[in-house]
Amino acid sequence: MRVGFFVTCLVDLMRPSVGFAALKLLEAGGAEVYVPPSQTCCGQPAYNSGDRADAIALARKVIEEFEGCDYLVAPSGSCSGMIRTHYGELFAGDPPWQARAEALAAKTWEITSFLRDVQKLDKVPGRFDGTITYHDCCAGLREMGVKSQPRALLAKVPGLTLREMAEPETCCGFGGTFSIKFGEISARLADNKCQHVATAGVDAVVLGDLGCMLNIEGRLRRRGDMKTRVLHVTEVLAGERPGTED
Amino acid sequence: MQVASMHFKARAHDKLNDALLQANLKKMQGRFVANRRTAITELDDFEGTRDAGRDIRQDVLDDLDGWLLMFEENATKRGATVLWAETPADVNALVLAIAKRHEVRKIIKAKSMVSEESGLDHAIEAAGMTVVETDLGEYILQINDYEPPSHIVGPALHKSKEEVAELFHRKHGTPRKDVVEDLCLEARGVLRQHYLTADMGISGGNFFVADTGSVVLITNEGNATLTTTLPKVHVAISGIEKIVPTLEDAATLTRLLTRSSTGQSISNYVDILTGPKGEGEFHGPEHMYFILVDSGRSGVLASDVREALRCIRCGACMNHCPVYQNVGGHAYGWVYPGPIGSILTPMYVGLDKAQDLPAASTMCNQCGVVCPVRIPLPDLQRKLREKAFEQGLRPWYERAGLKAWAWVARRPALYALTSRIGVRVLKAMGGRDGIIHKLPLVGGWTDGRDMPAPAGRTFRELYRARQSAHGTSR
Repeated sequence: MRVGFFVTCLVDLMRPSVGFAALKLLEAGGAEVYVPPSQTCCGQPAYNSGDRADAIALARKVIEEFEGCDYLVAPSGSCSGMIRTHYGELFAGDPPWQARAEALAAKTWEITSFLRDVQKLDKVPGRFDGTITYHDCCAGLREMGVKSQPRALLAKVPGLTLREMAEPETCCGFGGTFSIKFGEISARLADNKCQHVATAGVDAVVLGDLGCMLNIEGRLRRRGDMKTRVLHVTEVLAGERPGTED
Repeated sequence: MQVASMHFKARAHDKLNDALLQANLKKMQGRFVANRRTAITELDDFEGTRDAGRDIRQDVLDDLDGWLLMFEENATKRGATVLWAETPADVNALVLAIAKRHEVRKIIKAKSMVSEESGLDHAIEAAGMTVVETDLGEYILQINDYEPPSHIVGPALHKSKEEVAELFHRKHGTPRKDVVEDLCLEARGVLRQHYLTADMGISGGNFFVADTGSVVLITNEGNATLTTTLPKVHVAISGIEKIVPTLEDAATLTRLLTRSSTGQSISNYVDILTGPKGEGEFHGPEHMYFILVDSGRSGVLASDVREALRCIRCGACMNHCPVYQNVGGHAYGWVYPGPIGSILTPMYVGLDKAQDLPAASTMCNQCGVVCPVRIPLPDLQRKLREKAFEQGLRPWYERAGLKAWAWVARRPALYALTSRIGVRVLKAMGGRDGIIHKLPLVGGWTDGRDMPAPAGRTFRELYRARQSAHGTSR
């Protein structure tokens, strides 16, 4: 099984440990992982900002880089959701490219659903001593059907206790460029999320998308909470910690 | 209604900092969500009913002219008069002409959002007549100097019980009452006199039924029943998109509407009104008019956001929208707030006046998940974002930023170089605790949040280093 690993630009830039954690898990699940060296961005920022031409250009690039693999897996519900649910529409009116886009969409997966539903991973390398809560990121939940998979996998991590917070499915307010264009509203939504995290009283909030992680962690720190950790689900499952990449 | 949607950001800022409003919003937001969640479990196949609802609405839209003509024919056969309004001004002119014909002095009104579009109440008053809103929420807003509605189902939801108590005390000159039931009774007492003395009743229309020529009204207070049957003239006003083929279709949609809206199995009152009072009949008006309103709807029908016209005005999209829940309906600056408003407002009043609305969404798609007729709201918002981008309505720095990112992202070698530099600069900015407190150009982020600093090296460079250390070249 040849798995093309789509790192995503945010993981590439902001949190490489997530990428290495994902590689470790995919390999634990028996995949031969290929990381196309020229990969950059899936085009979602352009797409959601109305810049269709640039979104198409970047989508073509992703399709060319990954269509030779059996699967495309990304440590993000948002980027995998872009490919699986929007690439086809992006090429409406261009049948040859639309066919290629849809073929790639059909084999595109978010990491936890791939580990759980395709690889049927039943042992994870990580260990976490403490209590966590899980935030359901919007695109993962509503575009990729990610809900039970991360929880089922986290249940296999020795030492870990999951305590659900209130409204785990409510958006954290990130929304890509929304977080900058409408920063004040975005920060308020993030604050509501942080309030639920604080009420849950946990050691870490765990989730599957880097944009939401930066948003929640950024707001937690601004609120003065320097203690609650914000971890990507792959980091917890693989036992990789940020800052230990090399 | 005056359009203030171009000031969305400033209005949202005010609303976010209005402590009383924030408390009121918090109180109501959970109720709608919880009530709907319970109500939809009553149907064996809610998702299948949503499919049916979507199909009924979409089929009508795809052949709207045919259904409208059928409605006109059947309503006319039953003795009603069908009138067409192309613009908001036409709506007001038609109502005033009907009022003049029947020598009307006082008009009572059940809830109609379409009449908000044209500012009908003001036009009636300017023509020297009295108009009284009979929906409790609308009545509260009317006596508060025509405060605009903040929600399409509960127009005064942004107000607390205490605010209403104070308002009634001030406007009615009665002792202040603090129990909700007492406030309702007081409003009822006031409104009763108006029902009995009005010459004309105006209602909206939840559905116009093509094969019977009927209007269906779904309410909880019974005010629409009185408004449409006691006065000698009834005028039902609604958008041309509100047509459904049959009563059975109306029933299917009603099952979805009340559950999605207030979380009720059915509302307290469902009126199906067909024609004026007939020979030997006891109830009903002597004259019945329908005003079918375009006001931008045919433009939506011809556009790529046509699906928005499937809307049955339940309000579920706003009830579940995290942005609406936090800024309230007034921030949106026109008749229809929330996700559906972010499509309809720019389409009805012009994208240049409301381009922030489709942009002011995280695209979380909670609205799309709850919409009873499956309108793909985030997809439609994106289509409007594309139009705004094509028309050059977005600020230059935003366009430049997006273009620059995409330009670099298409060039892997350049991306590698700039990203290596970028993450090192950001890491340095994060200092010892790894937290960036202020970032130039993206103050929108750092005004309300910190930015966790990156690791300082990109995944791609670290991965490459690992690969060469292992002597492999996968």
